[in-house]
Amino acid sequence: MNPKFNINTYTHIRNGKLSLNGNIVFEDETKDFSTFIKSAYRSQDMDYPKFFKMDNLSKLAFMAADIILRSTSNSEENIAIVLSNKASSLDTDRKHQESILDSDNYFPSPSVFVYTLPNICIGEICIKHLLFSENSFFIFDNFNPDHLWIQTEHLLKTKKANKVLCGWVDFDDSNYDAFLYLVEEEGDLDHTIKDIKQLYLCQ
Amino acid sequence: MRKIYLSYNSIISSLGFDSETVIEKIKDEVSGISVINDKALFHNPFYGSVINKTILENEFEALKAKENYTVLEQMMLLSLNKVIAASNITIDESVGLIISTTKGNIDVLNKTSGFDKSYAYLSRIGTALKNHFLFKTEPLVVSNACVSGILSISVAKRLIQEKVYKHVFLVSGDLVSKFVLSGFNSFQALSDSICKPYSKDRAGINIGEAIASILITSDTNYLTEESVELLGEANCNDANHISGPSRSGEGLYRCVSSAMREAAIQPEEIDYISAHGTATIFNDEMEAIAFNRLGFQNIPLNSLKGYFGHTLGSSGLVETIVGMYSLKQNTLFCSKGFTSLGVSKPLQIIEKTKQQQLDIFLKTASGFGGVNTALLLKSIS
Repeated sequence: MNPKFNINTYTHIRNGKLSLNGNIVFEDETKDFSTFIKSAYRSQDMDYPKFFKMDNLSKLAFMAADIILRSTSNSEENIAIVLSNKASSLDTDRKHQESILDSDNYFPSPSVFVYTLPNICIGEICIKHLLFSENSFFIFDNFNPDHLWIQTEHLLKTKKANKVLCGWVDFDDSNYDAFLYLVEEEGDLDHTIKDIKQLYLCQ
Repeated sequence: MRKIYLSYNSIISSLGFDSETVIEKIKDEVSGISVINDKALFHNPFYGSVINKTILENEFEALKAKENYTVLEQMMLLSLNKVIAASNITIDESVGLIISTTKGNIDVLNKTSGFDKSYAYLSRIGTALKNHFLFKTEPLVVSNACVSGILSISVAKRLIQEKVYKHVFLVSGDLVSKFVLSGFNSFQALSDSICKPYSKDRAGINIGEAIASILITSDTNYLTEESVELLGEANCNDANHISGPSRSGEGLYRCVSSAMREAAIQPEEIDYISAHGTATIFNDEMEAIAFNRLGFQNIPLNSLKGYFGHTLGSSGLVETIVGMYSLKQNTLFCSKGFTSLGVSKPLQIIEKTKQQQLDIFLKTASGFGGVNTALLLKSIS
């Protein structure tokens, strides 16, 4: 018989709010993402200077993941990461494009270009939490719980991972939306497509 | 678990518009990389491999497509069309579509592009292909840096094993674009000659363009002579740096070990390694360290970047298809551009194309974000 998996923890970052398991842990009315995420970082007593070098998508994904993973003590744990969004890395793509538009004002930078891939944010999470595990990044028009569910179930059933951190992290033209959740054997919520959908929509 | 096979395939590249032609060129040790002088792509002449757009136009016209497609979409349509037609599979609810790309239609962000900027959203490619071929299921886009092509094969396998699909068509592609060239140039990673993976005198990468398509299935009624069985696959992060590979080769070491466990094979059963070999000092050195930690230093190994350049999100699939033909023809293709070993650990670089009995090969790739992937594939004939 297949083991049953559960959603242990989940987090949202949207509309100036950072919440854990449905409870708001930080709130800032400011509309501007970069100010909001910096205040959120300070509110959580994080000490990770690299955070300030990240692009918007990475800051968003990193913050959401950190809220979930900091309670995980064993850094060598095999936690796979499966993320998805609509805009890929377009926010940073547009910045790199801006730097190459004009041959008289040409300033492409490696520190911007490296973030023109959506999976870089997974790399940032892996570095901080020392995760040598499986990662994948998928692009969809909309949040796709069916696909996240099947990928996660497969990784856990085949023991390619002990836990899976998955969800949606989208940053596009100053709009942001993050919903991450951790699936494992322990937890109070069933890992079903219906439950994932409900948690995504809550708030 | 169902057995998974890689079957009907197509490569469109500067070496030709179908897999067989491309393989013949590789057998003759012809490189598709040349000096390209196109100010719309780069301010100076550069070494790269670009698909001939006149041939593309002619071939695409024969498809009689009704809509206006971007260059990348045209190439993907053409490539996928060949594979779908050859396989003779009816597109229904049991057939999935996966697209592997890093940057998709990124060229639409250029001022001169006649396409709407919304075409830069990667799901647009899925919509275009779905509508053209009348796929009944939602296309899946994998965008995971330079391992996307290999990771997509793993994803297809899992979806078939989980009985979501019976067959999956996978298409991969990335353009040689101003966007990508300017970025790699800012890293000072572009070579001023044809790249020389693992060589002492290497000077960086060449960016290339190649589109590949393949059928992945568990149904033995849909196999070809070059079909292979996917024995094991894995993907591991270095947890080290977003743009530099791990000095200990940790992620690559771990993912190859994990793929070997799944495949339940011993190191001596691997006949050939199709490695990543971008010809940057850090990448090549990392691979040499990882392969030595695995005890693979005596297994014949090549990098195919000297033929295609680095074709980014397509490279993993293109190079896997070439490996399938290597097994079919029992031929080890020479690692084009190799001069003398320039890594700190021994590697068995294939210096001359030669005949040898081949049964199992390992395909690996690594990329930005610290990702590493491995596949183990076995000849079925």
